[in-house]
Amino acid sequence: MPGLGTSFGRGAMTTALWDVANADVVVFMGSNAAENHPIALKWFLRAKQKGATVICVDPRYTRTASKADWWIPFRSGTDIAVLGGLINYAITHDKIHREYVVKYTNASLLVHPDFRFDDGLFSGWNEATGKYDQATWAFQTGPDGQPLADPTLEHPQCVFQHIKRIYAPYTPEKVSEISGIPVAEFIRFAETVCATGAPGKSAVFTYAMGWTQHTKGVQNIRTATILQMLLGNIGVAGGGIAALRGHANVQGATDLAVLYHDLPGYLGQPNEGHQSLQDFLAKTTTRNSYWENKPKFLISLLKAWWGEHATAANDYCFDYLPKMATSETYSHYDIFQSILDGRVKGLVVVGQNPAVGSANARKVQAALAKLDWLVVSDLFLNETSEFWKLEGMNPAEIQTEVILLPAAGPLEKEGSFTNTHRLIQWKHKMIEPMGQAHSDGWYMVQIGKRLKQLYAGSTAAKDLPIKHLVWDYDDPNNPDEFDHLKVLKEINGYDTTTGAPVTGFGALKDDGTTACGCWIYSGIYPEEGVNKADARLRAAPNRPDGWTEARADGSADYLHLGWGFAWPANRRVIYNRASADPTGRPWSKVPLVWWNEAEAKWAGVDVPDMLPVAPDQVHALGVRGDSPFIMKPWGLGGIWGPLPDGPLPVHYEPKESPTPNLLYRKQGTIPTMKIYDSEFDVWGDPQRFPYVATTYRLTEHLTSGVMTRTLPYLAEAFPRHFCEIPRELAQLKGIRNGDWVEVESARGKVRVQAMVTNRLRPLRVGGRETYVIGLPIHWGPKSGHVQGDITNTLTPQAVDVNVQIQESKVFLADLRKVEVGG
Amino acid sequence: MNLNRRAFLKLSGVSAASAAVLLFAEEREALARDLKASRITRAREVPSVCPHCSVGCGLIGYVREGQLVQVEGNPDSPINEGSLCPKGAATMQFAYDGVGRPNPLRQLTAKIRRPGSDRWEEIGIDEALDRIAQRIKETRDAGFVEKNADGLVVNRAESIAHIGSACIDNEECYLITKLMRALGVVYLEHHARI
Repeated sequence: MPGLGTSFGRGAMTTALWDVANADVVVFMGSNAAENHPIALKWFLRAKQKGATVICVDPRYTRTASKADWWIPFRSGTDIAVLGGLINYAITHDKIHREYVVKYTNASLLVHPDFRFDDGLFSGWNEATGKYDQATWAFQTGPDGQPLADPTLEHPQCVFQHIKRIYAPYTPEKVSEISGIPVAEFIRFAETVCATGAPGKSAVFTYAMGWTQHTKGVQNIRTATILQMLLGNIGVAGGGIAALRGHANVQGATDLAVLYHDLPGYLGQPNEGHQSLQDFLAKTTTRNSYWENKPKFLISLLKAWWGEHATAANDYCFDYLPKMATSETYSHYDIFQSILDGRVKGLVVVGQNPAVGSANARKVQAALAKLDWLVVSDLFLNETSEFWKLEGMNPAEIQTEVILLPAAGPLEKEGSFTNTHRLIQWKHKMIEPMGQAHSDGWYMVQIGKRLKQLYAGSTAAKDLPIKHLVWDYDDPNNPDEFDHLKVLKEINGYDTTTGAPVTGFGALKDDGTTACGCWIYSGIYPEEGVNKADARLRAAPNRPDGWTEARADGSADYLHLGWGFAWPANRRVIYNRASADPTGRPWSKVPLVWWNEAEAKWAGVDVPDMLPVAPDQVHALGVRGDSPFIMKPWGLGGIWGPLPDGPLPVHYEPKESPTPNLLYRKQGTIPTMKIYDSEFDVWGDPQRFPYVATTYRLTEHLTSGVMTRTLPYLAEAFPRHFCEIPRELAQLKGIRNGDWVEVESARGKVRVQAMVTNRLRPLRVGGRETYVIGLPIHWGPKSGHVQGDITNTLTPQAVDVNVQIQESKVFLADLRKVEVGG
Repeated sequence: MNLNRRAFLKLSGVSAASAAVLLFAEEREALARDLKASRITRAREVPSVCPHCSVGCGLIGYVREGQLVQVEGNPDSPINEGSLCPKGAATMQFAYDGVGRPNPLRQLTAKIRRPGSDRWEEIGIDEALDRIAQRIKETRDAGFVEKNADGLVVNRAESIAHIGSACIDNEECYLITKLMRALGVVYLEHHARI
């Protein structure tokens, strides 16, 4: 989540669900929590119960909207226009929390004098390469290397003046014209949200895939982070950005870097520009922040992986790590393109169903048929392992060898999940794996052991990373499982001399005497036999209705510090230093942390997110005691945040849009967006495909449905696929509720049943009536008790440059009634 | 507990709209009625976490004589305080379809689909793992990029990709990252990207 990482320093939800009950305003935008995170909704409704205003900004009247005080429909893909309008409103109506902005963010810093923004493009754009040169986006620094700043925020080159200028055109009228939100309604929305710009007031913004699945997904999130910092709403009770992640362990799988660009704990995957450990560290370590400790974390990781073979003399085996080509990305969609291109020949898929779950699904299926081999580990058969049975496939012509491993189910194994608010919780095995099933971890251990045997006789340099890999995870008590606690201890870190676990990442060293698999998780297994993920000490309820709420005197452990373990260092609300004023006194209505003058240390209801330095002192790492964002340079929140697509978010239209960009004439879509070159990557225009289509999930199902259409209760609860159609459009097209319709995009067609509703409304966009239609994504033709067409047949592989997530929340489609159907 | 239709709906908090489409077989209701509250008496409680969305609701599995007899929301969990959504309330069906009968869709053996074939064949787990390791080695060795055009060591196994997963445990994810990076795999991804 580079959106949050760029702004605050860590790519994770800033708050904990328990804390959102303290909010004065709750905004759901890009999240339909009632359906996709149903139990989480309770905490937002507790805020409402305590007097908060709950607003749902969504193209559809969702179940979340039904629980909110107020639903604001808008056109999918115009989030930055709306949020940019709020930024403009906050600045022009002087609603910002000035002291927070000046002291805690980089708003006062001066940007390079040559920085420009002109008609949709930032300075440094290179048309030939399709990339920005970011030189003019840098801060000005003095001879001492410290940034130049103007605490009055008046200097024309300071960040604040740039955002004031860039968002000035985002007037209520312009926002309305782009998004379809009436002017008066937008102003009321702005007034409500911006009222939290005062100390002691807070708003929480909640998002999920509704913000990420766009060609400018990261910038959607960045816009909200800027607004929230201007209002002083990050790190305070009831504030923050609640990023509701999709799957049970998507946060954990990200922390542990099952991602091409990263190493565990966000250390970054080196590329071929990094030819030595020192070179990599010099080029990638963020100075004047807690990241100055990165060498300790990386060397400890290399020690965990290559043990005694990793020495100071050989750069701790840094050479063993694969180095990415600087000109390439290796993302999800690159994988399928590279299979079609003949580069990738073998694919391992664990617990995932890309033949249904990935955008432009026909392209993904065609790619699978070109593989030499495919390994799938899953509980159930799915459209990925059985792609060769899909419509249009001729098995006789498909040379792919497919091996299916029966995976142990979630109730059949030990291990931990990291939830959406970074809380790591241990799961105990309820029953033995069914049939011959084994855990995916055991399969990985076994495959690794076999590979080590196969390479045992090799002396080739390329095989040393496998030969030397520390890979000893057999469970002495059970040959059919691996030793979970041994892996957990390695993730936590240990002393390489004594073998004893380290107590936390503060104990990690850069001299090879500690090993650590994921530094941010350090402290989870602080001593032999102590598994903090399994801690189950819940705070006592302090309300008659049985929950624990925050108290103004700081007496309630409402963040449940004894339940599970949250990274980093068991902090529940990160950046909580910002809940106190620059001198260390809480300025939020309920306190999170404070400077204890008598004992000369930080204390709090939460674990303080601060270096051990007094508010008026500067820590040796360059972070001041009055700067809360310790992972960012000088501890300052990144209102200004250079990313490959710009230092600030501005409005662009989706790749497929019914309207030109009404703010920037020259630049319609985001210039850095990536699209692919194959026969499957084709695009629709509004003449041929007049409707805006969006995709979503339902309470009863999860993504491609393999974990839900296979469970009878859920298959019965929501058996059929459908397309949600506004009543006015249905009338226009002669479609009645329950009719079969064909939805078509440039990439393909699906047949589903019509659900004609008032939950989608015609919107007035650019002076024209615009219709949005919606389709859930949970059906496939082969798996489960109930089947249906694959929605992702329609969606495009147009992806964000930062994270390569596809724009499946908005594309163009046509719709017609068909007489026959299933 | 008695998992009849009403209890399930209450437990899952689904709206009246979806109640209309939620139709249970008579047979399942009858079975559930017979079990009543007696189901969890003398059962061992095993705490776990829901495998569906990212909220992290606590589960309690009730295990009696090695048999899982019920899965409920964990009332001690400060996240869900005992409640579950429809998906969470259905987690027992990952193992059992209804009462005591294995979910018939679960894959319980390893299988192979050979090139050009239109069917699966059963194979043993060990044989499957041997085959996988062999194929990884042969594909890696054939497509390995040890140095780039400039002669710099890059150690990339570009011919192999790994996808998944956000549905498995941290310890498993760590093992995947560690093994794949040691092999030189650069095409390494999971759900977060989609």
